[in-house]
Amino acid sequence: MNNKSNITLTINGRDHTIAVEPRRTLVDAIREDCGQTGTHIGCEHGICGACTVIVDGEPVRSCLMFAVQADGRKIRTVEGLASGDKLHPMQQAFMDHHGLQCGFCTPGFLMLAVGVLEREPDMSDSDLLDVLSSNLCRCTGYQNIIKAVRAAAKEMRTR
Amino acid sequence: MSTKQKFVGRSVPRLEDRLLLLGQGRFAADISFAGQWQMRVVRSPVAHGKIKSIDIQAAVGLPGVRAVWTHVDTAHIPHIPFRLTGFKTLEPYQQPVLAKNVVRYVGEPVAVIFAEDTYVAEDAADLVRLSIEHLPAIIFAAEEPGIYERQLTTEAGVVQKSYGDVDAAFRNAPAVVSLELSIGRHSGVPLETRGAIARYDEAHDILELHGAAKVPHWNRDTLAQMLHRNKESVQLYEGHVGGGFGIRGEIYPEDILVCAAALKFRRPVKWVEDRREHLIAANHSREQHHRVSAAVDAQGCILGIEDEFFHDNGAYMRTHAATVPDLAAAMLPGPYRVPAYRAIGHIRLTNKTPCGTYRAPGRYESTFVRERLLDAIAAKFGLDGVEIRKRNLVDRKEMPYSLGLDTLGTKVVYDSGDYALLLKKALKAARWDELQKKLRKRRQSGEKVGAGVAIFVEKSGLGPFDTVRIEVKPDGTVEVITGVASIGQGVETVIAQICADTLGVDYANIRVIHGQTNRIARGMGAFASRVTVMCGEATRLAATKLRARVLRAAAELMQTKAESLDIVNGEIVRVSAPGPSMPMAELARARPDGLSAEDTFESTHMVYPYGAHVAAVRVDPETGNVAVERYVVAYEIGRAVNPKLVEGQITGGLAQGVGGALFEEFRYDKNGEPLSVTFADYLMPTAREVPEISVVICEDAPSPLNPLGLKGAGEGGANPVGAVIASAIDEALQCPGAVTQLPVTPQRLRALM
Repeated sequence: MNNKSNITLTINGRDHTIAVEPRRTLVDAIREDCGQTGTHIGCEHGICGACTVIVDGEPVRSCLMFAVQADGRKIRTVEGLASGDKLHPMQQAFMDHHGLQCGFCTPGFLMLAVGVLEREPDMSDSDLLDVLSSNLCRCTGYQNIIKAVRAAAKEMRTR
Repeated sequence: MSTKQKFVGRSVPRLEDRLLLLGQGRFAADISFAGQWQMRVVRSPVAHGKIKSIDIQAAVGLPGVRAVWTHVDTAHIPHIPFRLTGFKTLEPYQQPVLAKNVVRYVGEPVAVIFAEDTYVAEDAADLVRLSIEHLPAIIFAAEEPGIYERQLTTEAGVVQKSYGDVDAAFRNAPAVVSLELSIGRHSGVPLETRGAIARYDEAHDILELHGAAKVPHWNRDTLAQMLHRNKESVQLYEGHVGGGFGIRGEIYPEDILVCAAALKFRRPVKWVEDRREHLIAANHSREQHHRVSAAVDAQGCILGIEDEFFHDNGAYMRTHAATVPDLAAAMLPGPYRVPAYRAIGHIRLTNKTPCGTYRAPGRYESTFVRERLLDAIAAKFGLDGVEIRKRNLVDRKEMPYSLGLDTLGTKVVYDSGDYALLLKKALKAARWDELQKKLRKRRQSGEKVGAGVAIFVEKSGLGPFDTVRIEVKPDGTVEVITGVASIGQGVETVIAQICADTLGVDYANIRVIHGQTNRIARGMGAFASRVTVMCGEATRLAATKLRARVLRAAAELMQTKAESLDIVNGEIVRVSAPGPSMPMAELARARPDGLSAEDTFESTHMVYPYGAHVAAVRVDPETGNVAVERYVVAYEIGRAVNPKLVEGQITGGLAQGVGGALFEEFRYDKNGEPLSVTFADYLMPTAREVPEISVVICEDAPSPLNPLGLKGAGEGGANPVGAVIASAIDEALQCPGAVTQLPVTPQRLRALM
């Protein structure tokens, strides 16, 4: 399994040219080869969503995508959300609403919510709840995540 | 003079959040060292069997593989010792780091691969050939015990607790109610799997373990002992921790293996668990089978309770030893007056993943049993569930209330409480009478809806001590160095709030150090909802001392008396007279030895928070699905340092409780093959399944055992959820006592109808 090929991942606007085996998952490439450890691995079978990143504008589970499939595509991770010292409204809302405890699932929820709301800013509360039910959190019981995402959705619409 | 800011009691934002939101957390998998090897564990695919041979040749030969270990390489390492409730009779059942002759559960480590790369390590693990002769697997703990080895049976021990004359109570009782109840096997399942990175610093002869959690000092001492080192030459470092819930941070075989390998190979060794491994290797919990009876007088008042239960501890006795069954037995009486009580808990080993504690250990189980019993008594007397509970509650005038039992080396004495008042508040928040009317009406129109109430006593603030040192740094930062740990619950914020008020600084200028064995000589860690109570009071004590020291030193420089000075927002100011003030940092810089103080809080008794949950559910007769429509929690916390964080703890615990009540279960087939090995089989609640929750935080009964009146918040969200949902389902089905087993999965519910 040593047939590595060169690919370029554009993560948060920066190109990373790396050599990977075909079987290498995108999340391993992001974390280990590109050093962006803000994206977390929770299950590696596509259920918990901790590894959610945005690829070409779409939230994806980076444990279910091979790195080679992301060659040349634009990836956004949690590290790219804030602008300088200023938190993204979604990050700020999570802080304001106590939407995180251990913080392990948080990057996945942030990228999921941001990715979906950028595409569909006027999503209904019920649809938003459906979207959020695609990721797992073990600490918060979700209530504050839901509050935070709804508040941030409002904020993102008025920006 | 500026007004003094108060932080305790306010829902200030968490100090932890910013880094985590920016993706700058340092979780175990994020820690790497140059030249590190990756460790992969080869696990038994067989539930019970004799190891005939382990062929590692092909694995060793794979390029990139540096070493492969089997039991012969770890023969010098003793079995993993107990941390709590470690009765001598249980010791023969301790787990080896790698299986020697016998494997006892699917998932048991039998070999380890060390390789340069995780992918190669996994390839190599697949090449290890195991020859294992199958032995019959024991799956049901309530059946007759089998043979463990030689003369040892699979009944590792028996927990017995009693007081009063139980036999007389039953002999003379006008009525007896008996139930047989089961709680399923589930566990904490934090979103971050386990991880451990060991590094040997040869120059200083120090073994470092990164990725530590929960009880770093205890683990440091134990690892040192197991690896024959001085404890000063072993240091543990806690980074960010992706959820604990009781199961993370205990010493597991993998922690010892990375340490032993780092020492042997002089290379950093990293292990990160995958999810399948986690579900079959990390501690399970909860599974118990109870046969319980209550003797009751003509008014429905309890005369005595007798409980015999079977605790399925899985294949070995791990660090918690008898803790869970011990707590189940000690906490079963709960908030009710039980004049005579006897519990006999059989600790049984089966061929399943070994067990430990999980949030509200023993209490999730025994609250389910007790509250089912109260519901059964109510049904027998034709009374409603609220009335029967009111009749049996311990009165506030009886506080402090000694139960006549002990657990975790302490006597169970409820320190303070007004259970009736709390129940009243819960029912009021739930608009109980109105809810009942509405549900009745909906039932009349054919809906299967119902509500239930459950009351419980929690425990928290386990001692025996916590030590805190506070230092004022030359830049004005205040550092609070503790021996506790952070597992995501908000320790840094809460401890900073307490320090801020006592010392007179902004909580945001305080840095709370935890989980670093090189920063403080001893510490107790984070378990048993102990941190805010024990470390909070130690912080208050140390801050009080430091404050006096600061004022004394400042008084000299400012040529006044200490009594006429105060500290406000980090500035030493004159209380009444006008005049120049002085930043605390300046004072710290002026003193060659700096400014610091240390103090210890000791406590031999736990503190007992309590609560009541009300749930309303709707059962779908077609699918067997249970939807939780409404949920109210009233919880007595003594004093809420940060109400929002208390609420967060309760809501999070509740979600886990809902999981255990309706969805989560580690299932096994009859051969001991685990069937819940992915998140598609082990179903944790999502945002869709967790209801909106109203939380009423009560501060009516501050603990008399610490000056701030603190009680713990960690476990009251989870404790009675199984009980209250069972009660609500009974009512929805109009079938008292229908639910006897958790979780109430759709299949089980359909079978009840």
